[in-house]
Amino acid sequence: MIGIEHYVVVSSILFVMGVLGIFLNRKNIIVILMAIELILLAVNINLVAFSAFLGDLTGQVFAMFVLTVAAAEAAIGLAILVVYFRNRGTIAVDDVNRMKG
Amino acid sequence: MDYAASFALIAPELVLTISGLVLLLVAAWGGDKASRMISIAAAVSLGGAFALAAPAVCTGATGLDTMAFGDLFRADAYANLAKLMIFAAAGAVLVVAPRFFTGIGEMRAEYPILVVFAALGMSIMVSATNLLTLYIGLELNSLAAYVLAAFLRDDERSAEAGLKYFVLGALASGILLFGMSLVYGFAGTTNFMGIAEAVQGDLSTGMLFGLIFMLAGLAFKISAAPFHMWTPDVYEGAPTPTTMFFASAPKVAAVALLARVMMEGFGTQVDAWRQVVIAAALLSIIIGALGAIGQTNIKRLLAFSSINNVGFILIGLAAATVTGISAMLVYLAIYVVMTVGSFVAVLLMRDAEGNQVEGISDLAGLSTTRPALAAVMAMLMFSLAGIPPLFGFWGKFVVFEAVVQADMLALAAIGIAASVIGAFYYIKVVKIMYFDEPAGTITGEGDTPHWALLFICAAIVSPLGYLLTPWLGELADGAAASLMLPA
Repeated sequence: MIGIEHYVVVSSILFVMGVLGIFLNRKNIIVILMAIELILLAVNINLVAFSAFLGDLTGQVFAMFVLTVAAAEAAIGLAILVVYFRNRGTIAVDDVNRMKG
Repeated sequence: MDYAASFALIAPELVLTISGLVLLLVAAWGGDKASRMISIAAAVSLGGAFALAAPAVCTGATGLDTMAFGDLFRADAYANLAKLMIFAAAGAVLVVAPRFFTGIGEMRAEYPILVVFAALGMSIMVSATNLLTLYIGLELNSLAAYVLAAFLRDDERSAEAGLKYFVLGALASGILLFGMSLVYGFAGTTNFMGIAEAVQGDLSTGMLFGLIFMLAGLAFKISAAPFHMWTPDVYEGAPTPTTMFFASAPKVAAVALLARVMMEGFGTQVDAWRQVVIAAALLSIIIGALGAIGQTNIKRLLAFSSINNVGFILIGLAAATVTGISAMLVYLAIYVVMTVGSFVAVLLMRDAEGNQVEGISDLAGLSTTRPALAAVMAMLMFSLAGIPPLFGFWGKFVVFEAVVQADMLALAAIGIAASVIGAFYYIKVVKIMYFDEPAGTITGEGDTPHWALLFICAAIVSPLGYLLTPWLGELADGAAASLMLPA
């Protein structure tokens, strides 16, 4: 029987993968955008699983909001990426170093 | 649910929403030619929202009457005081932005509209009493802010700042959201008061994880150490009016939000989050002070200064008392004035062709070439360092007073000691302006709006500001009381 803890474990694994994807990835900024999506989807799994477990609709409504915002966020992220690419001609993570830090 | 009453309570947000949408249409029809008119209209609508938010602060609105749309939104004195600071800071940005962007031929009509939407997001954030409202407000603010950071499309540093801010901001939102999903799962509700009921007694492990993740996500947004690493880069690369915006309004919103989540949602679990807040506060003060020492760019310096100041603001929150929250609000108000003033001074650093200059070494000998600017800048630096008799000292004083009253003497002692380190780099700037050979780069003329804004900030920061203390203290006490006494 699959219980709530299985869902939470899966979503935690996805979340950690997403965070590691942002910090360990040294290649491409598109991969970072994918990692961000992974984090948001992990959250959605959590919300929907808790919603079903609690018999409370709020979590599912929340998940719809997260999906909507994620779409807007991806759009803005890609737009900024395009601006960046036009200026620098590269989207490699290691080249994002015009300012130290 | 009484919709008419709810709509009356969200009047400031309604004004901003409608003006933002209408101005967007105007921008679509009028193009960049309309940008001047749109700037003025956006500033007027922020002024209107300011006027609508002010009465609730003066009357100290609290209780059930301030709840809108069920449990989603609360327009109490606390939220409205934060809104006043946010709208004032956003309005100041709109005053200085046209000159900056016209100077480099990049004035586009979207800028004031994005500022309005960001201010709207922030005002939803500070009023949120539900995780859902919190998230929507936060994202509305963040998404507008990412674009504001990358607004100079042909500038490499601006694009890089936007990219860095986007990646780390999205990560912070993700962490915060993961925390919220855990809190929802273990509390069974997204309402702060419901959460407060659910977290009586011992915290479950899942709830504790949720709390820590939420703290980490919000610490990112206020750039508290150890989540501050994006701040210097973003502040340096973003256009200066945007940096001024980032350093002032979103700090107010995120700190006010953090305090509301902690006091209202987790008010019975103060011991669970207090250590985290104290650690973040002390780390911010020390990292902000040490990091600023070797900087050569004035915007980077001010970025570290803002990290440093967030530390002091968090000390007020760590007290977790009415006095502490009130002190935090007083500090925030003074901090906003000092930050806006410093950035207006930075914007007045122009060379003979009217281009912006950002190097600290360019300030050398400013006292002989531009005595007025140097004097105001020196005053702001001394005030940020918290040196009496300037007003910045008062903020630090009330914060430490609140901590001492809450019997946290060790924290107060360490905080005061660390603030001495911070004084070093502020005074270094003053030394460069007054005792170094003139560099002669800053020769450009200022214009009336900048000087007027700078004069207002300087007047408040000067010892004259102490005339405001009874009034400011009263408003902050009322606001803090409305936060601590939920309906």
